[in-house]
Amino acid sequence: MWLKFEQRPEPSRVMTYLSPLLAVGLMFLSGMILFFVLGKSPVEGFKVFFMNPLKDMYGVAELFLKATPLMLCAVGLSVGFKANVWNIGAEGQLLIGALVGGGLALHFEGSNSPLLLPAMIVSGALGGMLWAAIPAFLRTRFNANEILTSLMLVYVAELLVSWAVHGPWKDPDGFNFPQTKMFGAKATLPILLAGTRLNLALLFALGALVVGWIFMNRSFMGYQMKVAGQAEFAGRYAGFSAKRSVWIGMLAGGAMAGVAGISEVAGPIGQITEHISPGYGFAAMIVAFVGRLSPIGIFFSSLLMALLYMGGEQAQQYLNLPSSISKVFQGMLLFFLLGSDVFINFRPRLVRRRK
Amino acid sequence: MNRRNLALATISGAALLASTALMGAPPAAAPTKIGFIYVSPVGDAGWTYQHDLGRKQMEAEMKGAVTTKFIENVPEGADAERIIRQLAQDGNKIIFTTSFGYMNPTIKVAASYPDVAFFHATGYKTAKNVGIYNARFYEGRYLNGVIAGKMTKSNIAGYVAAFPIPEVVMGINAFTRGMKSVNPKAEVRVIWVNSWFDPGKEREAAMTLISQGADMITHHTDSTAVVQAAEEKHKEKGTWAFSYHSDMAKYGPTAQLSGTTHVWGDFYTRIVKEVLAKKWTGTNVWGGIKDGMIKLAPMSKSVPPDVQKQVHQLEAEIKAGKLHPFAGPVIDQGGKEILPKGKNMSDSDINAMNYYVQGVASVFPKN
Amino acid sequence: MGLTFISSILFATIVAGTPLIIVALGELITEKSGVLNLGAEGTMSVGAVAAFAVAHQTGSPLLGILAGMGAGMVMSLLFGISALTLMANQVASGLALSIFGVGLSAFIGKPYESVALASVEPIRIPLLHRIPVLGPALFEQQGLVYFSWLLIVAVAWFLYRSRSGLVLRAVGESPVSAHSIGYNVVRIRYQAVLFGGAMAGIGGAFLSVFYTPMWVEGMVAGRGWIALSLVVFATWRPGRVMIGAYLFGGCMIAQMFVQGSGARINIPSQFLSSLPYVATVLVLVLISRNRSTIRLNSPASLGQTFLRDA
Repeated sequence: MWLKFEQRPEPSRVMTYLSPLLAVGLMFLSGMILFFVLGKSPVEGFKVFFMNPLKDMYGVAELFLKATPLMLCAVGLSVGFKANVWNIGAEGQLLIGALVGGGLALHFEGSNSPLLLPAMIVSGALGGMLWAAIPAFLRTRFNANEILTSLMLVYVAELLVSWAVHGPWKDPDGFNFPQTKMFGAKATLPILLAGTRLNLALLFALGALVVGWIFMNRSFMGYQMKVAGQAEFAGRYAGFSAKRSVWIGMLAGGAMAGVAGISEVAGPIGQITEHISPGYGFAAMIVAFVGRLSPIGIFFSSLLMALLYMGGEQAQQYLNLPSSISKVFQGMLLFFLLGSDVFINFRPRLVRRRK
Repeated sequence: MNRRNLALATISGAALLASTALMGAPPAAAPTKIGFIYVSPVGDAGWTYQHDLGRKQMEAEMKGAVTTKFIENVPEGADAERIIRQLAQDGNKIIFTTSFGYMNPTIKVAASYPDVAFFHATGYKTAKNVGIYNARFYEGRYLNGVIAGKMTKSNIAGYVAAFPIPEVVMGINAFTRGMKSVNPKAEVRVIWVNSWFDPGKEREAAMTLISQGADMITHHTDSTAVVQAAEEKHKEKGTWAFSYHSDMAKYGPTAQLSGTTHVWGDFYTRIVKEVLAKKWTGTNVWGGIKDGMIKLAPMSKSVPPDVQKQVHQLEAEIKAGKLHPFAGPVIDQGGKEILPKGKNMSDSDINAMNYYVQGVASVFPKN
Repeated sequence: MGLTFISSILFATIVAGTPLIIVALGELITEKSGVLNLGAEGTMSVGAVAAFAVAHQTGSPLLGILAGMGAGMVMSLLFGISALTLMANQVASGLALSIFGVGLSAFIGKPYESVALASVEPIRIPLLHRIPVLGPALFEQQGLVYFSWLLIVAVAWFLYRSRSGLVLRAVGESPVSAHSIGYNVVRIRYQAVLFGGAMAGIGGAFLSVFYTPMWVEGMVAGRGWIALSLVVFATWRPGRVMIGAYLFGGCMIAQMFVQGSGARINIPSQFLSSLPYVATVLVLVLISRNRSTIRLNSPASLGQTFLRDA
């Protein structure tokens, strides 16, 4: 006997909803097996990992706080990914967004202008776009592969941030430690929910999801991008230049990553340091795919991803498991999700082996 | 399987015992919960490993009175605040945050938990319930430099360093001053790898320095790669190494001459006792050899007896406060006198060091 | 100083470039079959820890290499199941593999973080290693360095001189036509993916058993990603993989030599550290400028899922 996948005449609607549930179910199951193998009670493990982080309002707020940069980056990236524009350098764009937007906060230190914060957000977006424009330009002008150039620029961005906080932007009263001054109150995002760290950035992220949805589903340009992604030839046939999708895809990703960056430094961090992002730009790629490049999917997958991070912290605290378990779970979840997507377009059938 | 898992089992066993004890005993006897936050995985050597040794030592010495818990690999960005808060909310009454990047989150969380005592390593912000602690690593560096100056044949020492922050720079300068104090011809060369932890790069940097003639090698990075590189080149080039953070003799059984080892256990025990006795009123500890927070890694038998004797004598002088690694005159690389003869450098000046002293051959990385 | 100086720069450059060459050549074969596997970083990590564990238990570096290779193949099999059998997106499957592999290696590697491994003596090629300057740099290296050179020749021969190589390239160019003339596209792609995994595993083994030699979480430190970029950098030509790997390694080593020499240059060290990355981008631009070379060498179906029944 041999397992064979037959293409369905059209994607199964039922499976579209069932497959992510199946994947999450499989992840829970294999997670519990993993806990068992490690000598922990599976039920206890499940509780600690997946439920503990959400036991109170603060935990829920933290979940959304953690999901915000992932949401922002993922929705921006999904625009490009749909058109087969592979921007894998969102991490670098996030850092430059934080640097440019944060630079404004440092330059206008002590300013009470209500315009400062909006200007920081906008310049954060512009910073991210600027960094994304480099691979876009190199791709459209010189045909250089954007996967690699955008990735290389991540390392350059990290070193730029490092240089800025070790050098010119170092807090003069900070005993030479590599960080800037703390931002003033007028340069910090307002808190949405008193007693938590949940800030305005969540609304940016939700807004980005809505705009992303409208762009991809209701605008002609979004439609063209999707067509261009499905087949370059068809895209050209529809009168859409590949260059334009590269620019739009890269800039959308860069802008959103930049907003994510400035939101982190003007939000929970409050200053520029060398540790702005624990890899949000990379994790967002997973979020985008797990969310099937759709804004609604991205909303849920970013929350799930945030939960996996927080669950890992809990597992260390209450189960004495090492921190790497978060990554094991993330990888498993992604594999299961990718794997179970096969049921949307294909029907599994057992067939007798030919021969 | 290994001693770490054994340790985990012991900890959870202890926790279990403690919780069963709790049921019968009055609540006053409940052990105090203490939490630690680490910036990297504990591993087997390095900054975090030393803190974890300290935690274990303290827990063993305070058996029954405390239980400890640690969270490793906590990023220094936005996540730290949540994890510190969780520890506080979870009933930990004393919390140690062991990396510079936790400074602002520690201060923020401490404000909402006035009855919890926080201790932050290497920072400079304090509050009513936030103490800070650090160690005078440079004292050990100076003594390592003396050994290097006595034993070098090429008169060149190589230094693999992570980032040009004062803590690292003062180590380089102290090592250089130690080396030059016994060997005026000595020079120190520095390679910055711009990473606290990248064994591959650290090794490359060490190999580069060795091939450029350095026969004394040390590092201010987090892995054992530099000591291992020296061990490998020892036979061919006669390279010697000085470990940092941890004693790495295991990784350089022949090549390691000595090293600067961080010892946090005594401090942790002392401070926890103070807090438990309600005698704690705030901490700003910058302890050195005298306080037992810095120890020389045991000198190997390759160090000639007369050098050993001299180093022990200098160590005693530092302990007694008679010798200061940054006693004037301190002259920078460009020949400018930073501190005149007869004065010892103040702590705040040491903490703001952003120049090399005379004897460092590399150019200071100006930003 | 002069000559030994050059010799040691050369030596260090070759050592730094070797894992990149091995991993990149494996990925090159994978990509030539039309499959983009971004999982090299994770595969290398698992290969590194498996190799270290076995080398430590058995005392045999060779068995370590084999274990790294095996572990790499198991990892790439996971990728194959997801991207080839279940027809999931290749980019996403590769990213999943990277994250999973990095986490898994840290997880299973915990007991080995406390263990030191004796460094392995290099293999001296008789006579050749006596050549001044070049001898010590080129012919007193670890066995895997020579392996990486043989691999370049073997991969080039396979791709351009052998029948199977022709089939592999055909599958990468147009899986549909290859399928229609009777080739089993999925099986061929599986073989290419497994080869890529094996090489990534060996690359990891080189790091943990020969290069540092130790195992610690995160020790691959981005080298898997750099190997991936080298493939495009090389426009899918095996010989250029070597040039790219040595150029990258050379940049890293050269900036260290400049720092260590005490030369009076006043540049922030971060800028020096960013040189290899900037250089990669620049060379990529120079090579890609001519569209025909890229189009000539890049597999046309790269990254696209092959639907067997379509």
